[in-house]
Amino acid sequence: MAKCTFSDPFEKARKEVGIGEMDDQNDPVKMVLGHKDVRRCAHNHKTFQSGAEPGRIVVPSEVNIRDIRQIPFEVDPPQHGSYRAVVEDWFKRPLEEEYTAQLEKQIGVLIDEALTKDSVEVINEFSLVLQSRALTLLFNVPFSESETWISWGTHVFRSEETALDAGKAQVLYDYIDKKLEESKQNPGDDFYSKLLAAEVDGKKLTDEEIKGVVVLTFSGGRDTVINAVTNSLAYFAENPASLERIKNEPEILNFAIEELVRYFSPLTHMGRVATEDTQVCEHAIQADTRISLNWASANRDATVFEKANEVVIDRKINPHVAFGFGTHNCLGATHARQILKVLIKTLIKKVDSIEILEADENIETLGEFKRKVGFNSIQMKFN
Amino acid sequence: MAKITFVTQANETITVEGNSGNVMELAVQNKIKGIDGNCGGVCSCATCHVHVEPEHWNKTGAPSAMESDMLEFDEKVSDHSRLSCQMKVTEELDGVVLKVAN
Ligand code: HEM
Ligand code: FES
Repeated sequence: MAKCTFSDPFEKARKEVGIGEMDDQNDPVKMVLGHKDVRRCAHNHKTFQSGAEPGRIVVPSEVNIRDIRQIPFEVDPPQHGSYRAVVEDWFKRPLEEEYTAQLEKQIGVLIDEALTKDSVEVINEFSLVLQSRALTLLFNVPFSESETWISWGTHVFRSEETALDAGKAQVLYDYIDKKLEESKQNPGDDFYSKLLAAEVDGKKLTDEEIKGVVVLTFSGGRDTVINAVTNSLAYFAENPASLERIKNEPEILNFAIEELVRYFSPLTHMGRVATEDTQVCEHAIQADTRISLNWASANRDATVFEKANEVVIDRKINPHVAFGFGTHNCLGATHARQILKVLIKTLIKKVDSIEILEADENIETLGEFKRKVGFNSIQMKFN
Repeated sequence: MAKITFVTQANETITVEGNSGNVMELAVQNKIKGIDGNCGGVCSCATCHVHVEPEHWNKTGAPSAMESDMLEFDEKVSDHSRLSCQMKVTEELDGVVLKVAN
């Protein structure tokens, strides 16, 4: 099977049952699998809340490793809207010309460097670096900060080895404390200063709230962007004709980006906690238990997508939910889309071909389901 | 040429002209507040949601099945909701008034 084939493990369960079950630290999750059910549950925030105990809507659960509520992610309407209003415009900055120009420069340098090497381990030497450097633009902080972020490696925010990772997460919290203090002393045009100056419903954000926003911005855009970038490179390595097509028909670039994001669905699912006894496609859900909205499964729903398991590089109607749906739709989507756009344009300009030399797949286990979400490591040669 | 009028949430009325592409693109080019077109027009993000003036519903026509599916669970959905990226700019739209949903 080609390295860039990502099969859909949920198909049978989606068709026959509508949900899939998995355990996670004795707090089981019923995964909602169909496109319509996912959208319906995402919409119904009164019954399926995000504002549960901090960390609980994440799978694997982070309740044992953090107390800080991530904002606006773990807040429900109407408060959600007030928080979101504070940061919404900031997250649109990737559309500014100067931001794009900087991104072009950063990605150009990375590709030039990759072209000089016999082999590049893309996760650590390319995608992590790209993601960290690009994030300095979103935070509007000096480029040199990215060195610290890169040094944290890809595993800082994960909770697989609970004890160990709680320690690692502390590195991030300490870092954020330090940066907030610096911005208090010396307000500037950075994200921290912006948050320190912000008011929600006439009140300043507390330090705790600001940390909740900043941690989320770090963690929400880490693995997701790394996987989106790496998997897209793997795809173009094995499908050079698609790159050629985008080169000749630049008007399909946008379709290509949305399709790659649909196909790879870098974030598999996200949880909610039921506030009452209810049901999802005839399956009972008890109050205070978890469901998850399985974006990856919804994005392969054959009742919505023709040739759902293929990359149709110019798919014109593509109602995917890879960036979520409704209230909590991804704030970082503009940044992520801009990264992919610049990446593809740069590949077209500078790269003739890419070879995959060796790959170790990253497989998530979700109960009986095994889903490939990306790679632990992947060696490529850029020509 | 079609003249299309947008009424924003702040009650600003802006009339623009176009003859190609879709209504979302026209709105974005003209910086209409509340129409972001985040997904570039593939029917995924609903940041191009408008309410058609009821008496103009015959100009725009009803949404496709896929489009109305995406609108079904939108907070702001009404009987005359459309995703403006799914509306082509054509002569038939001339004179239409669209209220920006967000
Ligand atoms: C391809 C890359 C990305 C994918 C696939 C992705 C996916 C998602 C999804 C599915 C959600 C919805 C979660 C829910 O409903 O509970 C979400 C929310 C969010 N994402 Fe992303 N994301 C990506 C990149 C980013 C980046 C780069 C950032 C920031 C730097 C970011 C920040 C956020 C935030 C802050 C939220 C919460 C929004 C809210 O609660 O209102 N994401 N993302
Ligand atoms: S622009 Fe995204 S749905 Fe219309």
